[in-house]
Amino acid sequence: MRKVYLDNAATTPLLPEVHQAMMPYLGDTFGNPSSLHDWGDGAREAVEEARTQVAQLISANPDEIIFTGSGTESNNFAVKGLALAQQNKGKHVVVSAIEHFSVLHSVRTLEKWGFEVSEVPVDKYGVVSPDEVKRSLRNDTVLVSIMHANGEVGTIEPIQEIARITRERKIPFHTDAVATAGTVPVDVAELGIDALSLAGNQFYGPKGVGALWVRKGVRIMPLLDGGIQEGGRRAGTENVPAIVGLGKAAELAKTLMTERIKQLTPLRDRLLKGLPGRIEHVVVTGHPQDRLPGHASFCVEFIEGESMLMLLNSKGIAVSSGSACTSRALKASHVLIAMGIPHELAQGSILFTLGVDNTSEDIDYVLGTMPPIVDRLRQMSPLYAKFTKASKGGK
Amino acid sequence: MPVYSEKVMEHFMNPRNVGEIENPDGVGEVGNPVCGDMMTFYIKVKDNRLEDVKFKTFGCGAAIAVSSMVSEMAKGKTLEEAMKITPQSVAAELEGLPKNKFHCSNLGAQALHKAIQDYLNEQKKGGKNDGKKA
Repeated sequence: MRKVYLDNAATTPLLPEVHQAMMPYLGDTFGNPSSLHDWGDGAREAVEEARTQVAQLISANPDEIIFTGSGTESNNFAVKGLALAQQNKGKHVVVSAIEHFSVLHSVRTLEKWGFEVSEVPVDKYGVVSPDEVKRSLRNDTVLVSIMHANGEVGTIEPIQEIARITRERKIPFHTDAVATAGTVPVDVAELGIDALSLAGNQFYGPKGVGALWVRKGVRIMPLLDGGIQEGGRRAGTENVPAIVGLGKAAELAKTLMTERIKQLTPLRDRLLKGLPGRIEHVVVTGHPQDRLPGHASFCVEFIEGESMLMLLNSKGIAVSSGSACTSRALKASHVLIAMGIPHELAQGSILFTLGVDNTSEDIDYVLGTMPPIVDRLRQMSPLYAKFTKASKGGK
Repeated sequence: MPVYSEKVMEHFMNPRNVGEIENPDGVGEVGNPVCGDMMTFYIKVKDNRLEDVKFKTFGCGAAIAVSSMVSEMAKGKTLEEAMKITPQSVAAELEGLPKNKFHCSNLGAQALHKAIQDYLNEQKKGGKNDGKKA
């Protein structure tokens, strides 16, 4: 059976070059970067080289990069750490309604610590309006955190315009760039931001490693206390092999980015046009143009996402869904709901995220496999039966 | 997908008794698409027995497997026997359901009972059906 992996938003595979770069640090070069002997030197040099590689990916200074254990940790660190460091100036933070849970749940924690939070709404494409951000700012606002792109619907946000507003008001601005860093060009100076999160497993690096970039001069409170690793901002012995992998993946991403975008965009566009062309009552979610290169997301009417996902899996195709049934919490995706998509339509959410291993034949296979699966589930669906009866019976 | 038992997967991949019954003796609908799952059961009753059971389900893999299992368990049973089918007995027949799916997706027995109740109500009214008295 053909195997087609289209869940790169969950995690990308590890590139062989990255794997290879990591191997020595799982073997002979096992030293602790904090040690003062030769073993330590080897590990420390590797970590510092990775820091430079990651910094170059986002056009930052290496000493502004803090390695973390994941994108989630980077977001927790940024949101809590930046807010806590500024709390003498005020206790108000601004986020969008479609942030990742690592941001949204972090601001819930800030609320417990006495902060107030404003959630900026999005339009039907999932776009945050800079004007709405501007309106939400107060004299005691100490942090704005808006994601660079949303991993569920692929929409890229107007970060530069938002940053212009926050800069004028001298409010630190963090962006969760987990979906974009390593995938599309990210230049921290050009964006005009103060902090940025990224994660290795979104661009062919290993899982369990991320980074937070914080502009020099911006204060942040550490979440982990202990030793003086990462300039005292993130204690704990470094995950050297993962950091080396992240660095290598960043280097490759920088070199190959244009090529990858050229490869993925037409494949994505074939899905975005092809599925609604072949299946009735399918809507594209997210922005039609301003979206991630490998990202095609939809809501299929009258059926539920998990059952689609399972039938696609039985045909060798891996996807994900934002339906209530696929989430452990059994709640429909907060992103789709914030975009004004009704609950029953959000149940039909399905998400194809492409990667460098995908080919045009993979897309052919998906376009051929999806229609009978949708048809099969609709034949089972009481909602579809009601719909066809209503349309047959006329108004 | 190991979150589901083999039995759940087997029923999900090959659901029994999918469809509608023309002129059913009873119909039961439970759930709604907002919370995730929705099931409609149709029954045909003869001599106090469920001669035919069919369903339509909107929902996750578990919801579809539950519907299929309930239809299989109910077919041929007397109405009294069918009323004794519980979410627990359905889950047991399916060799277990994930904890978080137990309540939301395990509506099959309820939908079946509603269909039987619908039939019994019609009988009391001396309604449209020609089925024997329960």
